[in-house]
Amino acid sequence: MEQLKRDYKIILSNYIHNQNESNLYTGQNFIKRLIQKNVSPEEVISIHKQALEEIIEDLPESTIHAYDFLIEVMVHFGLKLKEHQSLLMKQEELRIEMEVAARIQNTLLETTIPNPENLDIGMVSVPLRKMNGDYVHFMHDHKRYLSIAVTDVVGKGVPAALCMSMVKYGLDTLEYANSNPSYVLEALNQLIEKSVDDSMFVSMCYSRYDLETDIFTWSSAGHEPPLYYDSREKVYYDLESKELLLGILPEVKYSQHDIKLNENDFIILMTDGVTDFRKQENFDPRQYIKELALSCRHLNAQEMCENIYKKLQVLHNYELEDDFTIVIIKK
Amino acid sequence: MTEKVTVEIVTEVDIVTARKLGRKEAKIIGFNKVDQARITTAIGELAKNIFQYAPVGKIIIERIVKDDKKGVSITSIDHGPGILDVQKILEDGDSYGGGLSSVKRLVDTMHILSEVGKGTTIKVEKWLR
Repeated sequence: MEQLKRDYKIILSNYIHNQNESNLYTGQNFIKRLIQKNVSPEEVISIHKQALEEIIEDLPESTIHAYDFLIEVMVHFGLKLKEHQSLLMKQEELRIEMEVAARIQNTLLETTIPNPENLDIGMVSVPLRKMNGDYVHFMHDHKRYLSIAVTDVVGKGVPAALCMSMVKYGLDTLEYANSNPSYVLEALNQLIEKSVDDSMFVSMCYSRYDLETDIFTWSSAGHEPPLYYDSREKVYYDLESKELLLGILPEVKYSQHDIKLNENDFIILMTDGVTDFRKQENFDPRQYIKELALSCRHLNAQEMCENIYKKLQVLHNYELEDDFTIVIIKK
Repeated sequence: MTEKVTVEIVTEVDIVTARKLGRKEAKIIGFNKVDQARITTAIGELAKNIFQYAPVGKIIIERIVKDDKKGVSITSIDHGPGILDVQKILEDGDSYGGGLSSVKRLVDTMHILSEVGKGTTIKVEKWLR
C-alpha cells in the first residue's frame, strides 16, 4: 500500500507539472495495480488527497474538507455499486436457469403431429415468453382413433409451465386414443382440482377422431370454442360449450358432442391467444379468423396454420400478447 | 473518557446522532479518514434498519482492546420482527434487511442473533491496522 501511495504521488506530480497525454496514460495504467491490490474507490480518493497534500504545501482547508466529503460519499457509492452488480449477477443466473427450464419444458412437452391417411393435421404453437402456457397433446394408436388435446393454463410463465407438466402427466397416464373426451376431462379435472393451487385454472378442448367413420367427438372445459367449417353448406359453426374450466370444482360432469366430417370440411382448434384483440375495438376476431381460414383453405392444414399465424402477427404489429396455439384438422 | 456510548434510535435524527458519536470514537481510537467513514456508514446502516423495521432499538458503540490491538465494536439491539434466515438476508443484499450485507463489507467481523417475533442483535467489530 505504501509503495502504491508513493508511486501515485509521482504520477500525479508529473501530471501537475506537465499535463501531457503520456502522463495521463500512465495514470490510467495505474488502475490495474489498484485493482490487483483490491483498493476500494474511497481509498483511491484518500490516496489522491494525501498525495496532493504532500505535493502542494499550502492546500486550502476547504479543498481538504471537500476530499473528506468525497471519501464519505464514495464509501456509500462503492457499497451501492456492489449491490447493484450482485443484483445483475443474480439476474443473469436467473436468465440461465430459465433457459434451461425452457429447454426441459420443450423436451417434456414435445409432440409429434400424427400423419394418418385421409386426414390432414397442422399446428402452430408459439409461446409469448420463454415458457409456453399452451400445450397440444396428440395421440394416435395407429388404428382407428386419434386424439387431440388443446390446453391453455390461465396464467403465464413458470407457474403455468409447472402446471402444464402435470396436465401432460395426467394425459399420458389416463388417456388412450379411444377414450371418451368427457371422461378424460372429468378425470383430469379431479387431478388438477386436487393438486394445483387455487389460483390456477386450465382450459382444455379434448377431441377424438374416428378415422373409420370420420366422426369428430369433442368436449370442452371452458376453452375457446373451436370453429367447424361445413364445406357443403359453406357455413361455419362455433362449437360452443359453456362448461367449467378444469380445477375449479371437484366432480364436474362434462358433455361431449359428435360431428361427421365430409370431404373439404375443416376444424380449427385454438387457444384464446389467437382471438385476443384487446387493442382493436369494434372488431370481431373470430369472424376475421373465419375469413382468413376460408381464404387459404386450398392450402394444406400446416400451411393454413402458418398463414393464419403470420397474418395475425402483422395485424398485431408483431406484438402478440399471449401464447398462441392453433391446430387445424382437415378432411 | 467514556468507553461506551448508547444511542436510542427512535427518530431519523437519532441516526445522525449515532453516526456523530461513532465518528468521534473512531477518531479517538486512531482510525484514518477512510475507516472513519466506513465505521460511520456501518453505524448509519444499522441505525437505519432499526428506524425502518423496529419500533424501538439502540446502538451501542464501544472501544475494544484485544492483545495489543485496538478497535471499535458496534452493537445494534432491537425488538423488531426478527430475521428468519440470516444467510439469505446477507446473500440477497439490499432487497430485504436494508443493507446488512453492506455493513458486513465495511467491518471485520459480524455476529447476528435473531429470533422471529422477538428482535435482533447485531454485533460488528472493526480493528485498527
